[in-house]
Amino acid sequence: MNNFNAAGCWALFVKEVKRFYSVSVQTIFAPVVSTLLYLLVFGQVIDTQIEVFSGLEYSQFLIPGLVMMAILQNAFANTSSSLIQSKMHGNLTFALLSPISPFEFYLAFIAASVVRGLAVGVGILLIGIFGFDLSFNSPSWILLFAVLSAAMMGGLGMLAGILSDKYDHLAAFQNFIIMPLTFLSGVFYSIHALPEIWQQASHLNPFFYMVDGFRYGFFEQSDVSIGLSLLVTLFFLTLISAINLILLNKGVKIRK
Amino acid sequence: MSLAVEFQHVTKQYGSFEALKGISFEVEEGAFFGLLGPNGAGKSTLINAMSGLLVPSGGMIKVHGYDVIQDYRQTRRLLGLVPQELIADPFFTIRQLLELQSGYFGIKGKEQKQWIDELLERLALADKANAITNQLSGGMKRRVLIAMALVHKPRVLVLDEPTAGVDVDLRHTLWEFTKELHQKGHTIILTTHYLEEAEALCEKVAIMQRGEVKALDTTSQLLATHPFRYVRVAVENRNTPLSMELKKRLVEDDNAGYLFRLEKEQSMSDMLGMLHHSGIAVKDVRTRDATLEEVFMALTGAAQA
Repeated sequence: MNNFNAAGCWALFVKEVKRFYSVSVQTIFAPVVSTLLYLLVFGQVIDTQIEVFSGLEYSQFLIPGLVMMAILQNAFANTSSSLIQSKMHGNLTFALLSPISPFEFYLAFIAASVVRGLAVGVGILLIGIFGFDLSFNSPSWILLFAVLSAAMMGGLGMLAGILSDKYDHLAAFQNFIIMPLTFLSGVFYSIHALPEIWQQASHLNPFFYMVDGFRYGFFEQSDVSIGLSLLVTLFFLTLISAINLILLNKGVKIRK
Repeated sequence: MSLAVEFQHVTKQYGSFEALKGISFEVEEGAFFGLLGPNGAGKSTLINAMSGLLVPSGGMIKVHGYDVIQDYRQTRRLLGLVPQELIADPFFTIRQLLELQSGYFGIKGKEQKQWIDELLERLALADKANAITNQLSGGMKRRVLIAMALVHKPRVLVLDEPTAGVDVDLRHTLWEFTKELHQKGHTIILTTHYLEEAEALCEKVAIMQRGEVKALDTTSQLLATHPFRYVRVAVENRNTPLSMELKKRLVEDDNAGYLFRLEKEQSMSDMLGMLHHSGIAVKDVRTRDATLEEVFMALTGAAQA
Protein backbone atom coordinates (compact mmCIF):
# COMPACT_ATOMS: atom_id res chain seq x y z
CA MET A 1 0.00 0.00 0.00
CA ASN A 2 3.07 2.23 0.21
CA ASN A 3 3.28 2.32 -3.58
CA PHE A 4 3.28 5.52 -5.58
CA ASN A 5 0.03 7.47 -5.10
CA ALA A 6 -0.17 8.58 -8.74
CA ALA A 7 -3.75 9.84 -8.46
CA GLY A 8 -2.94 11.95 -5.40
CA CYS A 9 0.21 13.36 -6.97
CA TRP A 10 -1.70 14.19 -10.16
CA ALA A 11 -4.49 15.89 -8.19
CA LEU A 12 -1.97 18.04 -6.34
CA PHE A 13 -0.23 18.90 -9.63
CA VAL A 14 -3.56 19.86 -11.22
CA LYS A 15 -4.39 21.96 -8.18
CA GLU A 16 -1.06 23.80 -8.42
CA VAL A 17 -1.49 24.44 -12.16
CA LYS A 18 -5.08 25.62 -11.68
CA ARG A 19 -3.89 27.88 -8.87
CA PHE A 20 -1.48 29.87 -11.04
CA TYR A 21 -3.77 29.67 -14.09
CA SER A 22 -6.60 31.27 -12.09
CA VAL A 23 -4.42 34.38 -11.75
CA SER A 24 -2.75 34.08 -15.17
CA VAL A 25 -2.63 37.85 -15.74
CA GLN A 26 -0.24 38.06 -12.82
CA THR A 27 1.56 34.74 -13.24
CA ILE A 28 1.95 34.45 -17.03
CA PHE A 29 1.06 37.61 -18.96
CA ALA A 30 2.75 40.12 -16.64
CA PRO A 31 6.16 38.37 -16.76
CA VAL A 32 5.87 38.03 -20.56
CA VAL A 33 5.19 41.75 -20.92
CA SER A 34 7.92 42.85 -18.51
CA THR A 35 10.46 40.58 -20.25
CA LEU A 36 9.48 42.04 -23.62
CA LEU A 37 10.10 45.49 -22.17
CA TYR A 38 13.65 44.42 -21.36
CA LEU A 39 13.97 43.23 -24.93
CA LEU A 40 12.62 46.48 -26.26
CA VAL A 41 14.88 48.68 -24.15
CA PHE A 42 18.13 46.69 -24.26
CA GLY A 43 17.68 44.97 -27.61
CA GLN A 44 16.63 47.94 -29.70
CA VAL A 45 18.95 50.47 -28.10
CA ILE A 46 22.12 48.39 -28.03
CA ASP A 47 21.48 46.19 -31.06
CA THR A 48 23.67 48.01 -33.51
CA GLN A 49 26.54 48.65 -31.10
CA ILE A 50 27.46 45.15 -29.86
CA GLU A 51 28.19 41.82 -31.47
CA VAL A 52 28.43 39.20 -28.70
CA PHE A 53 28.76 36.03 -30.80
CA SER A 54 29.97 36.19 -34.39
CA GLY A 55 27.19 36.75 -36.88
CA LEU A 56 24.58 37.43 -34.19
CA GLU A 57 22.79 40.67 -33.46
CA TYR A 58 22.58 41.60 -29.79
CA SER A 59 18.79 41.19 -29.69
CA GLN A 60 19.14 37.64 -31.09
CA PHE A 61 21.68 36.90 -28.38
CA LEU A 62 19.50 38.53 -25.73
CA ILE A 63 16.19 36.72 -26.37
CA PRO A 64 17.20 33.21 -25.18
CA GLY A 65 18.80 34.75 -22.08
CA LEU A 66 15.68 36.73 -21.29
CA VAL A 67 13.49 33.68 -21.87
CA MET A 68 15.63 31.63 -19.49
CA MET A 69 15.63 34.41 -16.90
CA ALA A 70 11.83 34.51 -17.03
CA ILE A 71 11.63 30.71 -16.77
CA LEU A 72 13.94 30.71 -13.74
CA GLN A 73 12.17 33.53 -11.92
CA ASN A 74 8.67 32.22 -12.55
CA ALA A 75 9.45 28.62 -11.68
CA PHE A 76 10.90 29.93 -8.40
CA ALA A 77 7.91 32.20 -7.78
CA ASN A 78 5.41 29.41 -8.36
CA THR A 79 6.51 27.00 -5.65
CA SER A 80 7.66 29.63 -3.19
CA SER A 81 4.51 31.76 -3.33
CA SER A 82 2.19 28.76 -3.35
CA LEU A 83 3.85 27.26 -0.29
CA ILE A 84 4.04 30.46 1.73
CA GLN A 85 0.41 31.32 0.90
CA SER A 86 -0.71 27.81 1.83
CA LYS A 87 1.16 28.11 5.11
CA MET A 88 -0.33 31.54 5.83
CA HIS A 89 -3.91 30.58 4.92
CA GLY A 90 -3.53 27.20 6.57
CA ASN A 91 -4.72 25.24 3.54
CA LEU A 92 -1.46 23.31 3.35
CA THR A 93 -3.14 21.22 6.06
CA PHE A 94 -5.43 19.62 3.47
CA ALA A 95 -2.50 18.14 1.53
CA LEU A 96 -0.68 17.19 4.73
CA LEU A 97 -3.68 15.19 5.95
CA SER A 98 -3.82 13.21 2.72
CA PRO A 99 -1.91 10.01 1.82
CA ILE A 100 0.51 11.94 -0.41
CA SER A 101 4.16 11.07 0.27
CA PRO A 102 6.90 13.73 0.54
CA PHE A 103 8.24 12.65 -2.86
CA GLU A 104 4.79 12.91 -4.50
CA PHE A 105 4.30 16.30 -2.86
CA TYR A 106 7.66 17.45 -4.20
CA LEU A 107 7.03 16.05 -7.68
CA ALA A 108 3.61 17.71 -8.00
CA PHE A 109 4.91 21.13 -6.94
CA ILE A 110 8.00 20.93 -9.16
CA ALA A 111 6.02 19.76 -12.20
CA ALA A 112 3.62 22.69 -11.78
CA SER A 113 6.51 25.13 -11.51
CA VAL A 114 8.00 23.69 -14.74
CA VAL A 115 4.64 24.18 -16.48
CA ARG A 116 4.49 27.81 -15.36
CA GLY A 117 8.11 28.47 -16.30
CA LEU A 118 7.57 26.96 -19.75
CA ALA A 119 4.27 28.82 -20.24
CA VAL A 120 6.03 32.13 -19.63
CA GLY A 121 9.03 31.10 -21.75
CA VAL A 122 6.87 30.02 -24.68
CA GLY A 123 4.88 33.26 -24.41
CA ILE A 124 8.05 35.33 -24.78
CA LEU A 125 9.39 33.18 -27.61
CA LEU A 126 6.12 33.34 -29.53
CA ILE A 127 6.29 37.11 -29.57
CA GLY A 128 10.08 37.08 -30.06
CA ILE A 129 9.97 35.03 -33.28
CA PHE A 130 7.65 37.55 -34.89
CA GLY A 131 9.92 40.51 -34.25
CA PHE A 132 13.38 38.93 -34.44
CA ASP A 133 15.28 36.49 -36.56
CA LEU A 134 15.68 33.57 -34.13
CA SER A 135 17.18 30.22 -34.99
CA PHE A 136 16.34 27.00 -33.13
CA ASN A 137 19.33 24.85 -34.05
CA SER A 138 18.92 22.21 -31.33
CA PRO A 139 15.35 22.18 -30.00
CA SER A 140 16.09 19.19 -27.77
CA TRP A 141 18.82 21.13 -25.89
CA ILE A 142 16.44 24.09 -25.58
CA LEU A 143 13.71 21.91 -24.11
CA LEU A 144 16.08 19.94 -21.88
CA PHE A 145 17.66 23.04 -20.34
CA ALA A 146 14.27 24.75 -19.99
CA VAL A 147 12.79 21.78 -18.11
CA LEU A 148 15.82 21.00 -15.94
CA SER A 149 16.41 24.66 -15.04
CA ALA A 150 12.73 25.26 -14.24
CA ALA A 151 12.72 22.13 -12.08
CA MET A 152 15.85 23.29 -10.24
CA MET A 153 14.33 26.71 -9.64
CA GLY A 154 11.02 25.18 -8.62
CA GLY A 155 13.02 23.20 -6.08
CA LEU A 156 14.79 26.32 -4.87
CA GLY A 157 11.38 28.01 -4.56
CA MET A 158 10.13 25.11 -2.51
CA LEU A 159 13.16 25.37 -0.25
CA ALA A 160 12.51 29.09 0.24
CA GLY A 161 8.80 28.39 0.85
CA ILE A 162 9.57 25.73 3.44
CA LEU A 163 12.11 27.85 5.32
CA SER A 164 10.14 31.12 5.21
CA ASP A 165 7.75 31.89 8.05
CA LYS A 166 6.46 35.10 6.50
CA TYR A 167 6.39 36.97 3.20
CA ASP A 168 9.31 39.11 4.35
CA HIS A 169 11.62 36.08 4.52
CA LEU A 170 10.61 35.07 1.03
CA ALA A 171 11.14 38.58 -0.33
CA ALA A 172 14.66 38.55 1.14
CA PHE A 173 15.39 35.24 -0.53
CA GLN A 174 14.04 36.53 -3.83
CA ASN A 175 15.68 39.95 -3.80
CA PHE A 176 19.06 39.10 -2.29
CA ILE A 177 19.72 35.69 -3.85
CA ILE A 178 17.56 34.92 -6.86
CA MET A 179 17.51 38.36 -8.52
CA PRO A 180 21.28 39.04 -8.33
CA LEU A 181 22.15 35.52 -9.47
CA THR A 182 19.78 35.68 -12.46
CA PHE A 183 20.87 39.18 -13.50
CA LEU A 184 24.54 38.21 -13.21
CA SER A 185 24.15 34.93 -15.08
CA GLY A 186 25.06 36.21 -18.54
CA VAL A 187 21.52 37.03 -19.61
CA PHE A 188 22.55 40.41 -20.97
CA TYR A 189 26.13 39.70 -21.94
CA SER A 190 28.67 37.02 -22.76
CA ILE A 191 31.00 36.52 -19.81
CA HIS A 192 33.93 36.88 -22.23
CA ALA A 193 33.12 40.57 -22.30
CA LEU A 194 33.85 40.77 -18.56
CA PRO A 195 37.20 41.37 -16.82
CA GLU A 196 38.98 38.14 -15.84
CA ILE A 197 37.96 38.27 -12.17
CA TRP A 198 34.26 38.62 -13.04
CA GLN A 199 34.54 35.82 -15.56
CA GLN A 200 35.86 33.59 -12.77
CA ALA A 201 33.08 34.76 -10.45
CA SER A 202 30.47 33.97 -13.12
CA HIS A 203 31.64 30.37 -13.19
CA LEU A 204 30.52 30.05 -9.56
CA ASN A 205 26.98 31.08 -10.48
CA PRO A 206 24.89 27.98 -11.33
CA PHE A 207 22.36 30.10 -13.25
CA PHE A 208 25.11 31.02 -15.72
CA TYR A 209 25.32 27.39 -16.91
CA MET A 210 21.56 27.19 -17.35
CA VAL A 211 21.45 30.35 -19.45
CA ASP A 212 24.53 29.31 -21.43
CA GLY A 213 23.25 25.79 -22.12
CA PHE A 214 19.82 27.09 -23.10
CA ARG A 215 21.40 29.64 -25.46
CA TYR A 216 23.50 26.87 -27.02
CA GLY A 217 20.28 25.21 -28.16
CA PHE A 218 19.52 28.28 -30.26
CA PHE A 219 22.89 29.16 -31.79
CA GLU A 220 25.15 26.21 -31.02
CA GLN A 221 27.55 28.79 -29.59
CA SER A 222 28.23 29.15 -25.88
CA ASP A 223 30.69 30.48 -23.31
CA VAL A 224 31.43 27.02 -21.85
CA SER A 225 30.89 23.51 -23.19
CA ILE A 226 27.32 22.21 -23.31
CA GLY A 227 28.39 19.11 -21.39
CA LEU A 228 29.67 21.16 -18.47
CA SER A 229 26.47 23.23 -18.42
CA LEU A 230 24.35 20.08 -18.36
CA LEU A 231 26.46 18.54 -15.61
CA VAL A 232 26.24 21.63 -13.38
CA THR A 233 22.49 21.97 -13.95
CA LEU A 234 21.92 18.30 -13.12
CA PHE A 235 24.16 18.55 -10.07
CA PHE A 236 22.23 21.50 -8.63
CA LEU A 237 18.87 19.93 -9.48
CA THR A 238 19.90 16.78 -7.62
CA LEU A 239 21.30 18.73 -4.68
CA ILE A 240 18.24 20.96 -4.25
CA SER A 241 15.91 17.98 -4.69
CA ALA A 242 17.79 16.00 -2.04
CA ILE A 243 17.66 18.89 0.45
CA ASN A 244 13.94 19.37 -0.17
CA LEU A 245 13.16 15.69 0.22
CA ILE A 246 15.10 15.51 3.47
CA LEU A 247 13.22 18.55 4.83
CA LEU A 248 9.85 17.21 3.65
CA ASN A 249 10.53 13.77 5.10
CA LYS A 250 11.46 15.29 8.45
CA GLY A 251 8.53 17.70 8.23
CA VAL A 252 10.78 20.69 8.92
CA LYS A 253 8.64 23.86 9.27
CA ILE A 254 5.75 21.97 7.63
CA ARG A 255 4.75 19.30 10.11
CA LYS A 256 5.51 21.16 13.31
CA MET B 1 -14.11 -4.76 20.66
CA SER B 2 -11.15 -3.79 18.44
CA LEU B 3 -9.21 -0.61 18.92
CA ALA B 4 -9.61 2.45 16.71
CA VAL B 5 -6.67 4.41 18.14
CA GLU B 6 -3.79 3.46 20.46
CA PHE B 7 -1.45 6.00 22.02
CA GLN B 8 1.68 4.40 23.49
CA HIS B 9 4.03 6.63 25.53
CA VAL B 10 3.65 9.53 23.10
CA THR B 11 5.97 12.46 23.78
CA LYS B 12 6.45 15.80 22.09
CA GLN B 13 9.28 18.11 22.99
CA TYR B 14 9.69 21.73 21.87
CA GLY B 15 13.18 22.62 23.08
CA SER B 16 13.03 22.20 26.84
CA PHE B 17 9.21 22.32 26.88
CA GLU B 18 7.43 18.98 27.08
CA ALA B 19 4.07 19.36 25.35
CA LEU B 20 3.25 15.64 25.71
CA LYS B 21 4.72 13.62 28.58
CA GLY B 22 4.29 9.98 27.59
CA ILE B 23 0.60 9.77 26.79
CA SER B 24 -0.86 6.26 26.73
CA PHE B 25 -4.51 5.31 26.25
CA GLU B 26 -6.79 3.63 23.77
CA VAL B 27 -9.98 4.49 21.97
CA GLU B 28 -12.26 1.61 21.06
CA GLU B 29 -13.76 1.27 17.62
CA GLY B 30 -17.18 2.90 17.41
CA ALA B 31 -16.65 4.97 20.57
CA PHE B 32 -17.67 8.60 21.05
CA PHE B 33 -14.58 9.73 22.92
CA GLY B 34 -13.98 13.09 24.59
CA LEU B 35 -10.52 14.60 24.97
CA LEU B 36 -10.79 17.39 27.49
CA GLY B 37 -8.40 19.75 29.18
CA PRO B 38 -7.61 23.41 29.72
CA ASN B 39 -5.80 25.49 27.10
CA GLY B 40 -2.24 24.27 26.64
CA ALA B 41 -3.02 20.79 27.99
CA GLY B 42 -1.69 19.15 24.82
CA LYS B 43 -5.00 18.02 23.27
CA SER B 44 -4.39 19.54 19.84
CA THR B 45 -0.75 18.45 19.89
CA LEU B 46 -1.87 14.86 20.49
CA ILE B 47 -4.52 15.05 17.77
CA ASN B 48 -2.10 16.61 15.30
CA ALA B 49 0.45 13.89 16.03
CA MET B 50 -2.21 11.28 15.33
CA SER B 51 -3.21 12.97 12.06
CA GLY B 52 0.33 13.50 10.79
CA LEU B 53 0.33 17.28 11.13
CA LEU B 54 3.28 17.03 13.47
CA VAL B 55 5.92 14.44 14.18
CA PRO B 56 5.96 13.17 17.78
CA SER B 57 9.31 13.10 19.56
CA GLY B 58 8.74 9.59 20.91
CA GLY B 59 6.24 6.79 21.42
CA MET B 60 3.84 5.25 18.96
CA ILE B 61 0.35 6.01 17.69
CA LYS B 62 -1.69 3.39 15.86
CA VAL B 63 -4.95 3.80 13.98
CA HIS B 64 -6.80 0.52 13.45
CA GLY B 65 -3.48 -1.24 14.02
CA TYR B 66 -1.47 0.89 11.56
CA ASP B 67 1.43 3.05 12.72
CA VAL B 68 0.86 6.73 11.87
CA ILE B 69 4.53 7.16 10.86
CA GLN B 70 5.32 3.88 9.07
CA ASP B 71 1.88 3.29 7.57
CA TYR B 72 0.83 6.90 7.11
CA ARG B 73 -1.03 6.21 3.85
CA GLN B 74 -3.38 3.78 5.59
CA THR B 75 -3.85 5.88 8.73
CA ARG B 76 -4.62 9.04 6.78
CA ARG B 77 -7.27 7.16 4.81
CA LEU B 78 -8.75 5.97 8.09
CA LEU B 79 -8.72 9.38 9.79
CA GLY B 80 -10.63 12.55 9.09
CA LEU B 81 -9.54 15.62 11.05
CA VAL B 82 -11.51 18.80 11.56
CA PRO B 83 -8.71 21.14 12.68
CA GLN B 84 -9.21 23.81 15.29
CA GLU B 85 -7.89 26.68 13.16
CA LEU B 86 -10.15 28.00 10.43
CA ILE B 87 -8.63 27.53 6.98
CA ALA B 88 -9.11 29.58 3.84
CA ASP B 89 -8.18 29.07 0.20
CA PRO B 90 -8.57 32.14 -2.00
CA PHE B 91 -8.19 30.23 -5.29
CA PHE B 92 -10.86 27.53 -5.24
CA THR B 93 -14.58 27.15 -4.65
CA ILE B 94 -15.85 24.82 -1.97
CA ARG B 95 -16.87 22.19 -4.52
CA GLN B 96 -13.44 22.39 -6.18
CA LEU B 97 -11.73 22.02 -2.80
CA LEU B 98 -13.78 18.91 -2.05
CA GLU B 99 -13.00 17.45 -5.48
CA LEU B 100 -9.29 18.20 -5.10
CA GLN B 101 -9.24 16.64 -1.64
CA SER B 102 -10.96 13.54 -3.04
CA GLY B 103 -8.24 13.47 -5.71
CA TYR B 104 -5.49 13.46 -3.08
CA PHE B 105 -7.05 10.24 -1.78
CA GLY B 106 -7.36 8.86 -5.30
CA ILE B 107 -11.17 8.91 -5.15
CA LYS B 108 -13.18 10.05 -8.15
CA GLY B 109 -16.20 9.10 -10.21
CA LYS B 110 -19.95 9.49 -10.10
CA GLU B 111 -20.32 7.97 -6.66
CA GLN B 112 -17.84 10.44 -5.18
CA LYS B 113 -19.63 13.37 -6.84
CA GLN B 114 -22.85 12.15 -5.22
CA TRP B 115 -21.11 11.94 -1.84
CA ILE B 116 -19.81 15.51 -2.26
CA ASP B 117 -23.34 16.65 -3.11
CA GLU B 118 -24.65 14.86 -0.03
CA LEU B 119 -22.02 16.46 2.19
CA LEU B 120 -22.83 19.91 0.82
CA GLU B 121 -26.53 19.26 1.38
CA ARG B 122 -26.17 17.83 4.90
CA LEU B 123 -23.89 20.63 6.04
CA ALA B 124 -26.14 23.31 4.53
CA LEU B 125 -23.43 24.35 2.07
CA ALA B 126 -25.23 23.52 -1.18
CA ASP B 127 -26.01 27.16 -1.99
CA LYS B 128 -22.37 28.11 -1.26
CA ALA B 129 -20.80 25.32 -3.33
CA ASN B 130 -19.43 27.79 -5.87
CA ALA B 131 -18.23 30.36 -3.33
CA ILE B 132 -14.61 30.61 -2.24
CA THR B 133 -13.87 30.20 1.46
CA ASN B 134 -12.78 33.82 1.89
CA GLN B 135 -16.40 34.84 1.22
CA LEU B 136 -17.77 32.69 4.06
CA SER B 137 -18.55 33.36 7.71
CA GLY B 138 -16.65 31.55 10.46
CA GLY B 139 -19.47 29.06 10.95
CA MET B 140 -19.60 28.29 7.24
CA LYS B 141 -15.83 27.79 7.14
CA ARG B 142 -16.20 25.34 10.01
CA ARG B 143 -18.75 23.36 7.99
CA VAL B 144 -16.37 23.31 5.02
CA LEU B 145 -13.69 21.82 7.27
CA ILE B 146 -16.09 19.10 8.38
CA ALA B 147 -16.97 18.32 4.75
CA MET B 148 -13.25 18.19 3.88
CA ALA B 149 -12.62 15.78 6.78
CA LEU B 150 -15.43 13.48 5.64
CA VAL B 151 -14.80 13.57 1.89
CA HIS B 152 -12.85 10.29 1.94
CA LYS B 153 -15.35 8.58 4.29
CA PRO B 154 -12.91 7.98 7.18
CA ARG B 155 -13.69 5.42 9.87
CA VAL B 156 -12.37 7.72 12.60
CA LEU B 157 -13.50 11.33 12.73
CA VAL B 158 -11.48 13.70 14.93
CA LEU B 159 -13.08 17.02 15.82
CA ASP B 160 -10.79 19.58 17.42
CA GLU B 161 -12.99 22.23 19.04
CA PRO B 162 -15.57 22.04 16.23
CA THR B 163 -18.10 24.34 17.90
CA ALA B 164 -15.72 27.14 18.89
CA GLY B 165 -17.25 30.41 17.70
CA VAL B 166 -20.26 28.67 16.20
CA ASP B 167 -23.86 29.84 16.77
CA VAL B 168 -26.42 27.70 18.60
CA ASP B 169 -28.25 26.55 15.45
CA LEU B 170 -25.11 25.37 13.73
CA ARG B 171 -23.86 23.72 16.90
CA HIS B 172 -27.11 21.77 17.09
CA THR B 173 -26.83 20.77 13.39
CA LEU B 174 -23.22 19.68 13.86
CA TRP B 175 -24.03 17.48 16.83
CA GLU B 176 -27.00 15.87 15.11
CA PHE B 177 -24.79 15.09 12.13
CA THR B 178 -21.98 13.80 14.35
CA LYS B 179 -24.39 11.60 16.32
CA GLU B 180 -25.68 10.17 13.06
CA LEU B 181 -22.12 9.35 11.94
CA HIS B 182 -21.51 7.69 15.29
CA GLN B 183 -24.65 5.60 14.94
CA LYS B 184 -23.42 4.49 11.52
CA GLY B 185 -20.33 3.06 13.22
CA HIS B 186 -17.78 5.87 12.92
CA THR B 187 -15.42 6.37 15.84
CA ILE B 188 -15.63 9.99 17.00
CA ILE B 189 -12.89 11.74 18.96
CA LEU B 190 -13.86 15.14 20.20
CA THR B 191 -12.12 17.96 21.98
CA THR B 192 -14.34 20.71 23.24
CA HIS B 193 -14.45 23.51 25.78
CA TYR B 194 -18.20 23.01 26.12
CA LEU B 195 -18.19 20.33 28.78
CA GLU B 196 -21.96 19.93 28.78
CA GLU B 197 -21.55 18.80 25.15
CA ALA B 198 -18.92 16.27 26.12
CA GLU B 199 -21.14 15.03 28.96
CA ALA B 200 -24.11 14.63 26.66
CA LEU B 201 -22.24 13.00 23.77
CA CYS B 202 -19.13 11.18 24.97
CA GLU B 203 -19.23 7.66 26.36
CA LYS B 204 -15.63 7.87 27.54
CA VAL B 205 -13.44 10.81 28.43
CA ALA B 206 -9.73 11.53 28.90
CA ILE B 207 -8.90 14.68 30.85
CA MET B 208 -5.48 16.11 30.03
CA GLN B 209 -3.43 18.70 31.84
CA ARG B 210 0.11 19.93 31.13
CA GLY B 211 0.80 17.13 28.66
CA GLU B 212 -0.44 14.32 30.90
CA VAL B 213 -3.64 12.31 31.21
CA LYS B 214 -5.16 13.19 34.60
CA ALA B 215 -8.22 10.97 34.28
CA LEU B 216 -9.47 8.35 31.86
CA ASP B 217 -12.81 6.64 32.32
CA THR B 218 -16.35 6.35 31.10
CA THR B 219 -18.22 9.59 31.55
CA SER B 220 -20.71 7.95 33.94
CA GLN B 221 -17.89 6.47 36.05
CA LEU B 222 -16.06 9.79 36.23
CA LEU B 223 -19.26 11.46 37.42
CA ALA B 224 -19.99 8.65 39.88
CA THR B 225 -16.54 8.76 41.48
CA HIS B 226 -16.72 12.50 42.10
CA PRO B 227 -16.85 12.82 45.92
CA PHE B 228 -19.53 15.51 46.04
CA ARG B 229 -23.13 16.14 45.13
CA TYR B 230 -24.52 19.64 44.86
CA VAL B 231 -27.31 21.36 46.81
CA ARG B 232 -28.99 24.50 45.54
CA VAL B 233 -30.68 26.38 48.39
CA ALA B 234 -33.17 29.22 47.86
CA VAL B 235 -33.44 31.33 51.06
CA GLU B 236 -35.86 33.87 52.56
CA ASN B 237 -33.16 36.27 53.76
CA ARG B 238 -29.74 36.36 52.09
CA ASN B 239 -28.23 38.75 54.67
CA THR B 240 -27.87 36.03 57.29
CA PRO B 241 -24.14 35.19 57.65
CA LEU B 242 -23.04 31.63 56.83
CA SER B 243 -21.38 29.42 59.40
CA MET B 244 -17.79 28.25 58.80
CA GLU B 245 -19.06 24.78 57.85
CA LEU B 246 -21.32 26.24 55.19
CA LYS B 247 -18.68 28.69 53.95
CA LYS B 248 -16.22 25.89 53.20
CA ARG B 249 -18.91 24.10 51.16
CA LEU B 250 -20.06 27.21 49.29
CA VAL B 251 -19.57 27.00 45.50
CA GLU B 252 -21.75 29.84 44.24
CA ASP B 253 -23.58 32.74 45.81
CA ASP B 254 -26.03 34.51 43.53
CA ASN B 255 -29.50 36.06 43.45
CA ALA B 256 -31.12 32.64 43.27
CA GLY B 257 -29.51 31.63 46.58
CA TYR B 258 -26.55 29.43 47.39
CA LEU B 259 -24.93 26.42 45.77
CA PHE B 260 -23.19 24.11 48.24
CA ARG B 261 -21.26 20.93 47.64
CA LEU B 262 -21.89 18.09 50.00
CA GLU B 263 -19.79 14.97 50.54
CA LYS B 264 -21.70 12.00 49.14
CA GLU B 265 -21.64 10.16 52.46
CA GLN B 266 -23.35 13.06 54.25
CA SER B 267 -27.14 13.04 54.40
CA MET B 268 -29.51 15.82 53.44
CA SER B 269 -30.55 16.13 57.10
CA ASP B 270 -26.87 17.03 57.89
CA MET B 271 -27.11 19.81 55.31
CA LEU B 272 -30.44 21.05 56.61
CA GLY B 273 -29.02 20.96 60.13
CA MET B 274 -26.09 23.21 59.10
CA LEU B 275 -28.51 25.65 57.46
CA HIS B 276 -30.75 25.63 60.53
CA HIS B 277 -27.82 26.29 62.91
CA SER B 278 -26.85 29.32 60.82
CA GLY B 279 -30.36 30.64 61.19
CA ILE B 280 -31.07 30.52 57.46
CA ALA B 281 -34.72 30.36 56.50
CA VAL B 282 -34.89 27.83 53.67
CA LYS B 283 -37.42 28.42 50.89
CA ASP B 284 -36.47 25.55 48.60
CA VAL B 285 -33.77 22.87 48.28
CA ARG B 286 -32.74 20.98 45.14
CA THR B 287 -29.94 18.46 44.84
CA ARG B 288 -28.10 17.17 41.82
CA ASP B 289 -25.05 15.07 40.97
CA ALA B 290 -21.81 16.62 39.76
CA THR B 291 -21.54 17.77 36.18
CA LEU B 292 -18.55 16.90 34.01
CA GLU B 293 -17.44 20.51 34.34
CA GLU B 294 -17.26 20.15 38.12
CA VAL B 295 -15.35 16.89 37.81
CA PHE B 296 -13.04 18.57 35.31
CA MET B 297 -12.44 21.55 37.60
CA ALA B 298 -11.75 19.29 40.56
CA LEU B 299 -9.21 17.29 38.55
CA THR B 300 -7.43 20.15 36.85
CA GLY B 301 -7.90 22.91 39.38
CA ALA B 302 -8.98 25.08 36.44
CA ALA B 303 -11.29 28.01 36.89
CA GLN B 304 -12.89 27.06 33.61
CA ALA B 305 -12.42 24.53 30.89
